[in-house]
Formats: sequence, C-alpha cells, structure tokens
Amino acid sequence: MSWKTLDRHTPQFDSEAPPLIGAALKQKILNFVPRYETSLAALLPALHMAQETLGYLSDQALVEIARILDIPPSRVLDTASFYTHYWRKPRGRKVVMVCRSISCEVTGGREVLAECKRLLGIDEHETTPDGEYSLVTEECLAGCDHGPCMLVGEKLHKHVRPEQVKDILADPNNDRIDGPRSSLYDGLKTDGKKTETAE
Amino acid sequence: MAEFEPVLLRNVGVENSASLKVYTQRGGYRSAAKALKMNPENVVEEVKRANLRGRGGAGFPAGVKWGFLPKGRKITYLCVNADESEPPTFSNRVLMENDPHQLLEGILIAGYATRTTTAYIYMRVEFHEQFHILQKAVDEAYEAGWLGKNIQGSGYSLDCYIHRGAGAYVCGEETGLIESLEGKRGQPRIKPPFPAVEGLFHKPTVVNNVETLCCVPHIIERGADWFTSVGPPHSTGPKLFCISGPVKRPGCYEAAMDITVRDLVYGEQFGGGMSDGKELKAVMPGGVSMGIITADEIDCKLDFEDPRNYGLLGLGTSAAVVIDTDTDMRDVLYNICRFFGTESCGQCTHCREGTAWAMRIADRLRKGAGRKEDLDVLVDVANNMGMMPGMNICGLSDGAAFPIRMIVEKFRAEFEEHIRNQRPGRVLEVLETLR
Ligand SMILES: Cc1cc2nc3c(=O)[nH]c(=O)nc-3n(C[C@H](O)[C@H](O)[C@H](O)COP(=O)(O)O)c2cc1C
Ligand code: SF4
Ligand code: FES
Repeated sequence: MSWKTLDRHTPQFDSEAPPLIGAALKQKILNFVPRYETSLAALLPALHMAQETLGYLSDQALVEIARILDIPPSRVLDTASFYTHYWRKPRGRKVVMVCRSISCEVTGGREVLAECKRLLGIDEHETTPDGEYSLVTEECLAGCDHGPCMLVGEKLHKHVRPEQVKDILADPNNDRIDGPRSSLYDGLKTDGKKTETAE
Repeated sequence: MAEFEPVLLRNVGVENSASLKVYTQRGGYRSAAKALKMNPENVVEEVKRANLRGRGGAGFPAGVKWGFLPKGRKITYLCVNADESEPPTFSNRVLMENDPHQLLEGILIAGYATRTTTAYIYMRVEFHEQFHILQKAVDEAYEAGWLGKNIQGSGYSLDCYIHRGAGAYVCGEETGLIESLEGKRGQPRIKPPFPAVEGLFHKPTVVNNVETLCCVPHIIERGADWFTSVGPPHSTGPKLFCISGPVKRPGCYEAAMDITVRDLVYGEQFGGGMSDGKELKAVMPGGVSMGIITADEIDCKLDFEDPRNYGLLGLGTSAAVVIDTDTDMRDVLYNICRFFGTESCGQCTHCREGTAWAMRIADRLRKGAGRKEDLDVLVDVANNMGMMPGMNICGLSDGAAFPIRMIVEKFRAEFEEHIRNQRPGRVLEVLETLR
C-alpha cells in the first residue's frame, strides 16, 4: 500500500448534462422490473438495452440506470464490470467476435483471427478508425460443429475459411439474422440529438 | 449398439419444426395435457422412477432434486440453464433452435410438478438466433394458453421469461446463474444452502439443464418404464452427444448411453471418422472440464459411470472434441488453461491463482521456454485446486484441474521433448508475440 494518495482519475461528468436515457428507454427498462422480485434483477436487461442504444456504457449511463432502478450506482458498476459483453469504452457499430476455444482452434480459428486483424488493421479489443468494427475473441460460442466460427453482431458465420473473411467483412448485412426477431432486448434508435425513438 | 429412433431430436429437419402448429401436429403438448390431470407428486414420482439424471454435467437425478423442495412453500422458481458455454458443447443450442416448444413443454410439466410460480430461462447472450426463436415460441405458448394464467383450465399458472446473460462461463454454475439472474456478478455461492432450499431471491429454486427438461415430456407420455429400458440401468434414457473437430460429420447425435467414444468418432451414423486423412491423437469426450483420453483409450463408454475408469471427472456434457496428430499438445494445454484462467470468477484463491499461473506456465511451454520443473508444477497446481480437495466454492476449479493434470500426465513425453528442444510452437503465434 502506498502512502501516497493515488490520483484515481475519478471520472467526472457534468451532472447538469442532459440525460442520455430518455423517456422511451426508461420505460422500456421499467417494463422489465415486474418480471422479478427485485429491481436489481432487471439490471442485466437494462445494461443490454442501454448499451444497444448508446453504443457503450459510460459512467453517466450507469448512474442514470442506477436511478431508474433505484439501486446504488456502485452496484451497477460492480455488475457491469464483471461481464465480457458490456463495453465501458466506445465500441464500433459492429462487434466481430472470433471463437478461440478448442474445437475452433483445431479447425483453423487462429488463422481466421489473424486474417480479421490483418484486414481490419486492428488488434483485439480495438476499434477501426472509421468506427465500424471492434474486434474481440470469445470462448466457445456453442457452434463447435461449424468451427471455426465468428459472430458479427447477431449473425454467426460458420465454417469460416481465412480467404472468406474479406467478403464477410465487406457484406453490409453481415450482422443480420434470418428468421424471427424479437425487439424485446433491443435498444432504441437515436436521432443524433441523443433522444431515442421507438423503432 | 442397437438401432436408435430419435426421441429428443425427432423434430429436427422437419419443416417449421419451431412453430407451435407443427409441434402440436406432431403430438406436442399431449404430454403436458396428461400431466396437468395428474397429481404433481405423481409427476415427480414418475421422473424419479425414470432415474432421469441431469444432463448439465453433474448427473444428479432430477426427480430427487425436485423432492428436496421444502414442504409448505408458497413460491418456487425454476431456472432453466441455457447458458451452455462449456467447450465444445452445443446440444442445448440444437434443441432450442429446432424444437423450442419441446423445451417449453418440459418447463411446463416440471413447473407443474414442482409447483413453480415463475420460470426463468437463463440464456447465454451469444445465442442470438436461438433467443429470437425461443422468444417467438414463448409468445405462441402464451397465446395458445400453454403458459400464463390458468393453463388449459387446470387452475395452474406459470409465467416464463427469457433472461439473457452477458458473457461469463461461470454463470452456467447453478448458483452463479442465480446470482447473475439477481443482477449481480455471477459469482457462485457457498453451499449449503442448496438452491432447492434457498435459491433465487432466497426462495426454493430448481435449476435444470435444457436437455434434462426436454426429456420430461417423453417420460410422462411413454412412462418411466420406457425411459429405463433405454440404455444401461445407471444411465437411462436417450442422450445427445456432440462431436466436433477434424471429423467427417461434426454434429449433435442422439443415442442410448451404450455407445463408446470410438462409436462417436468413427461410427457412420455419428462422426464418420477423421477428415482429410488426419490421424486421431486424443479426445476430450465430456466437454473440456472432464479431461482427456488418448487414441488408445477410445473404448471408453459414454455413460455416467465408465468415464471415471479412464481418470475422467465424469460424463460431463458428453460433447467430444477430437484432436489430431498434427496438433501440438502445448497448444491444447494453453487453450484449456487460458479458458479457465479467464473464466475463473476470482473468489477462491486456489482457483484464481492456480488457473492464472497454469496459463502463464502453459504460455511459456508453447513459446519454447519451458523449464524442466514446469510439468511437475502444473500437476501440483492442479492437485491443489478444486471442490474435491475442498479448496474452492464451485466445480469450475475441478473442471480446470482434471484436463490440466491429464494432458500433462498422458502426454508427458511430448512435453519433455519440447522442453529439451526449447523449440517454440506454432509460428503464427510466435510472430504475434514479437509484434
Ligand atoms: C463452472 C460450471 C459451469 C457450468 N455450466 C453449465 C451450463 O452451461 N449448462 C448447464 O446446464 N449446466 C452447467 N453447469 C452445471 C450446473 O451447475 C448444474 O449442475 C446444472 O445446471 C443442473 O441441471 P441438471 O441437473 O438438469 O443437469 C455448470 C457447472 C459448473 C461448475
Ligand atoms: S472455484 Fe473458481 S469459479 Fe468457482 S467460485 Fe471459486 S474462484 Fe469462482
Ligand atoms: S469451440 Fe468455437 S464454437 Fe465451440
């Protein structure tokens, strides 16, 4: 323990700033609360929806969620910092998630990851300068029979060969799935002025 | 190995199998209708008699677990474990994307038997397609009166919600799942109290795997005697087996628990043999947590008992990954160590430190900088972690200890040779570290 007082870089945000979470998203979060015995239990869904709406979970967003759910902000930070899917810094519009677990590795997953890095020009946990893609690796995506696989947004790309990565990344619909879609956990669209509107 | 008529996967490949219409046309919800006319205790009794052992990894009999719920309780929760993140397991995914109503019917019957008030399906967030398919099925079931208030006029009501996770393997552990559902970090709880007594929101809670629950409608419909007639006496009922890696037909197959690893890898109706002329080196037959067997040991039976004879922790998720002779065991070791090193929740010293140090040692080994004593240190670390030596809160640490110890012990000669030669592993990785 150092006797010096560390500068902990306490993040400051303007408490007078207009709220990031508008009425529509707030209502969407509150809709989850009656499902559970405590409002805290609605936190994971709330974080998912706020992240989808705002791009990532800033300190201000965490504090606002704490107020909406009537729980301490420290609780929100505690939870948000545990899970790999919550971003505490800006991320790209799409997240590329390459599986790094055993089945994908023995079928060529590392080569796929290397090709992603090369084509995007970024390393893991980085975002392309145009803000389009962030790249991460994740443990087994439960698609091992289709290995190597990678997830772009909601879409799982299967049996990916390194030479296919270029086409996959160039496809504007590479993050969309076919079949049914529920908007239950979706974020809301923002119109640039940070006010959300229902889709 | 007898001819096998699929039960759990019977709707896979049928057009629109995920829709309520097709499911009911093919006999779906008949079993639920039958159960709702039975006494809940008799439903529990039937499942007990069937000796339905949990499919999530531990193999605990489901009926017995339901029997632990305290008498006179007002609220009971059912948590459906759809977190499936044990590499290389994907059978729950196959069940949910092809036949979501089979799961919902299982939830309804299990819920009725345990007098559950609310069921939560805890689903890993990476399951996007599966979430949307299952959510649609839930909506359909509510509309058709198979969920919600007074189900089919029986007087029994059940709410069912899908709760999406946020990326953490340890949330598959039943108390980690409960903590996560409560909105906290997914850190497992010390047991006892077991969830059946004090679980979600401090109420009696049942946690069951997706596949376990999918077996329930068939037990009610065809009877416990049918269920026990499938497979050996200690491992009853149909089971899903996953196979992946360099085989001709990777996938999820259904069989009785009388098959061997050899059948799963080479059987025509299963893996179909090695692909591209590759040669078999090893198999991790129960998910990575259970450990590894060599190519000489593949006559291991895939039931709840035999894997232990080969030093494995158990049947696990009965998902096998095949490792070929071109694969460097140092890479396999590192991959496994990295998995547990990053997924340990960090509460227990032996698990947190043990997995992290194992990862560092494995990293050194694959870079060609291994030391003579490293192998003994790895085995020592593995022997000192886990619930079995009583050091840790949850089974993640046993799941790390078994593969680490078994890989080192069974492939010791290969590791020793690499240490002597001090030659790094795959070139690609080494280039990366130089960058
Ligand atoms: C680290 C760890 C991860 C686990 N992950 C899962 C999982 O993803 N899915 C699952 O069904 N069970 C998982 N389990 C087992 C559960 O703790 C629990 O035994 C199971 O959900 C009980 O259901 P069952 O009796 O129907 O098998 C895991 C256990 C541990 C120790
Ligand atoms: S054994 Fe490991 S994963 Fe399990 S509770 Fe302890 S630290 Fe967490
Ligand atoms: S190992 Fe990659 S999806 Fe399972």
